[in-house]
Amino acid sequence: MTTRIVELRQGILKKNDELARGLRDRYTAAGVLVLNLVSSPGTGKTAFLERTLRELLARGFRAAALVGDLETDNDARRLAASGAPVRQINTHGICHLDAEMIDRHLLGWEGVELGGLDYLFIENVGNLVCPSSYDLGEKIRVALLSVTEGEDKPLKYPTLFNSADAAVLTKIDIAEPCGFDRDLALKNINEIRPGIRIFETSSKTGAGMDAWLGYLEDQREVRG
Amino acid sequence: MHELSIVASVVDTVTESLAAYPGARVLEVRLRVGVLTSVVVDSLEFCWGIATEATPLAGSKLVVTMIPVVMHCAQCQADVALEGVQSFRCPRCGQPCTDLREGRELDIEAFEIDEIDEKVKA
Repeated sequence: MTTRIVELRQGILKKNDELARGLRDRYTAAGVLVLNLVSSPGTGKTAFLERTLRELLARGFRAAALVGDLETDNDARRLAASGAPVRQINTHGICHLDAEMIDRHLLGWEGVELGGLDYLFIENVGNLVCPSSYDLGEKIRVALLSVTEGEDKPLKYPTLFNSADAAVLTKIDIAEPCGFDRDLALKNINEIRPGIRIFETSSKTGAGMDAWLGYLEDQREVRG
Repeated sequence: MHELSIVASVVDTVTESLAAYPGARVLEVRLRVGVLTSVVVDSLEFCWGIATEATPLAGSKLVVTMIPVVMHCAQCQADVALEGVQSFRCPRCGQPCTDLREGRELDIEAFEIDEIDEKVKA
């Protein structure tokens, strides 16, 4: 018997990465800007997205959302109230969305064609660890952080915050009673992802939404 | 993280590659894991025995090399390794760095097999 080393040099998530690349090409060809929203459970992703969808529709844009949860279609029903097409993805215990789930749910989505959209939002499963490894073909990954969560979240979950293209602080209307240290939170985000665009928002009062919507419009132009 | 599904994917990939080496036994599988992946090495090792059971990889060793974060510092014009993941600043000049070069790897580098020696067989 002799021993032999077989070189592989292959990504463990190669299958997902290849699917994600295919999705990215499709999004680009269709001219739709795709965003992946990631945060802990309870940060307010759904409320933020509901407000975003409503305001985009009011401005004449065509927007839709895919929403991931372990179980229930509660979020899809909440989001559908905005008037935008919404499709629920139930992962049944899996802690993140992957490219295959996105691919499968884009198929046969009644009344929705990628080419007929300006924006597609993907609301990931509430989890600050696993979603960071799975490329969904998105152009922009958005990390959300609420004022109730503690300013050191970016330091505790550097993998996710470092892979984000934009950060959104949510629930700023209750920052004061929560004793939220804004400067420290912004500093921590910047330590992990220097120079990242940060939006300070309240889905309840609408604070900060204009800047966020302006960014969304700019990103569409930037990307042709 | 999802270490068990990562390990399962490694077992599948190596098993597929083994088709080219009939009768070979896997001795070792080598992974390269970036520190920015949040993958827990202890969990990978814990799952390894279970995931390889009743496969051609049973009894093999898992060897994980951790890859530190390497950023390109625009100020120093150099690739610099970070000591941790709590601050993405150049350890030499203190400037914030955004250009990540290494630290997100999640790769199967190679595997080692014991194969039937053709000469001995002849």
